[in-house]
Amino acid sequence: MEIVVCVKQVPDTTEVKIDPVKNTLIREGVPSIVNPFDKIAVEVAIQLKEKHGGRVRVVSMGPPMAKDALKECLAMGADEAILVSDRAFAGADTLATSYTLAETIRKMGPVDIILCGKQAIDGDTAQVGPGIAENLGMPQITYAAKIEVNGDTVKVDREHEAVYEVYEVKMPVMITVVKSIAEPRFPTVKGTMRANRAEIPVWSAADINADEKRIGLNGSPTQVRRIFTPKQRSNGEIIQAETASEAVAQLMSKLSDAKII
Amino acid sequence: MFELNEDQKMMQKMAKEFADKEVAPGAEHRDDKEEFSRPLYNAMAGLGMTGICFPEKYGGADGDLLSYILAVEEICKADAGIGIALSASVSLCAWPIYAFGSEEQKQKFMVPIAEGKKMGAFGLTEAGAGTDASAQASVAVLNGDHYVLNGSKMFITNASEAEIYVIFAMTDKSKGTRGITAFIIEKDMPGFTFGKKEHKMGIRSSKTMELIFQDVKVPVANRLGKEGEGFKIAMATLDGGRIGVAAQALGIAQAALDAAIKYSKERIQFGKAISANQAIAFMLADMALKVDAARLLTYRAAALKDAGKSYGKEAAMAKLYASDIAMEVTTDAVQVFGGYGYSREYPVERLMRDAKITQIYEGTNQVQRMVISGAILR
Repeated sequence: MEIVVCVKQVPDTTEVKIDPVKNTLIREGVPSIVNPFDKIAVEVAIQLKEKHGGRVRVVSMGPPMAKDALKECLAMGADEAILVSDRAFAGADTLATSYTLAETIRKMGPVDIILCGKQAIDGDTAQVGPGIAENLGMPQITYAAKIEVNGDTVKVDREHEAVYEVYEVKMPVMITVVKSIAEPRFPTVKGTMRANRAEIPVWSAADINADEKRIGLNGSPTQVRRIFTPKQRSNGEIIQAETASEAVAQLMSKLSDAKII
Repeated sequence: MFELNEDQKMMQKMAKEFADKEVAPGAEHRDDKEEFSRPLYNAMAGLGMTGICFPEKYGGADGDLLSYILAVEEICKADAGIGIALSASVSLCAWPIYAFGSEEQKQKFMVPIAEGKKMGAFGLTEAGAGTDASAQASVAVLNGDHYVLNGSKMFITNASEAEIYVIFAMTDKSKGTRGITAFIIEKDMPGFTFGKKEHKMGIRSSKTMELIFQDVKVPVANRLGKEGEGFKIAMATLDGGRIGVAAQALGIAQAALDAAIKYSKERIQFGKAISANQAIAFMLADMALKVDAARLLTYRAAALKDAGKSYGKEAAMAKLYASDIAMEVTTDAVQVFGGYGYSREYPVERLMRDAKITQIYEGTNQVQRMVISGAILR
């Protein structure tokens, strides 16, 4: 099986603070991590490989330091990594990013499954996965909570608030995954060391035959006018538990999962 | 002068992530209930932390000692008791078999520990033989193709959990230290039982028990090294184990420093954070200095061992200094926390209780001074 996972290096948003005056993210001194949903996608890819054989390649569009994020994925067990990086990609919105990643994957050769995290924790748009699928003319299933490969088809449970939809689709297919699908494994010592020695090729815009009008700022119709924290307007949630300490434990778990603490 | 290389940085990051996510959450509970967690040890071992500094052909990852020390430090920041379980298994049991064992012994006993499938322990200390390690009362008598082992060991880390034990016993009392021999004992050998479990001040998530040997038949093939080489093996093992204890003390001290800094910024008295007071800021400055100095000594000792250079004096210096400052820094951390520092609900009192043992085991700090003065007065 040929599996490609798209991965983004993002600032750790639990550490990020909002500048109260400018209403922008304060990014200095904030550590960079692999987007948590992408890490989950890598885990799913490795599990599929372990079950069905094949190859897991991870790809990222980013600055040179995104190599660290790719190395983490290699350490988990991905087979190869490619960084697509070029000054011309700067300022890309989701349209330009999807185009760039799609062309990169096109260059990588035939693929059975493209896996993406459901969204990046900095942009939160959830648009790039679907954008890639459109560019490559392949079907897309988002919010996958379960993936089962049977021969040349994939059965996917698509998660909604209270129900699941079950889809069956012929490969190749692009799938974005939600948190509940898997827990990313810790990299092993050997994996970490192997990842560190790995040569990660860097592909430029020319390498992927990119149309310069569709990449970077040039290819980005979206303009960010303002970033702000909106007022939360959602229902409260009642936590049911046997004892107060159990309830507190559940609450703490929800708060930390939501990256509030 | 000191910059970690990429391998080492990644190892540190990997260990830190594991420690933060898997080790830290249960640390308070394990301390409270004096509970050792074998599943947690297995998880660490499964990721390869028991094999970092052994060659691949012996189940390891071909890493260097410094990478291993970085991992021990990160684990100990979260739970020093779990950290010493790792360190004792790797440095005190797997290492002497790797350094002094035959090929068969390495494959049979050391590789499973490096691969994380089994756990190791080291038994030298007895009720009457602490700093005076040569006063071994345990005796092994040769009887054809096996030795008969009788005696007991005290304060043994990982006792009853470990499957493999490196044990020292007297084979020829007339020869003094040259009459001590090392053996590899397995948990299920008839006559090998465990005595009382120690209820300790700190590192309560580490299992410490007595070992009892009653007419245990030990095959000659389980003898580690030659007869009479035991003392040399023990001392060489402790030399290296020392660096692990330094890393443990360093981890504890760093955790205390981090907690104290964070608290000092949050605690408001007289309308401002207590860190705004020079009295507190200066305390924290001194603590930070001590931790950094301990770090440099510890990493230096590991780097020397990695370079194949002599490291006994430097290892002793690292252990001595790191443990002494760990005691000072954790005590000061409790002080910074004030009344809350004394409460079991805050993490610093546990760090202070954990730190104390690092001044005592694997060679008391008095012994470390003997090693250092011995080296400089030669």
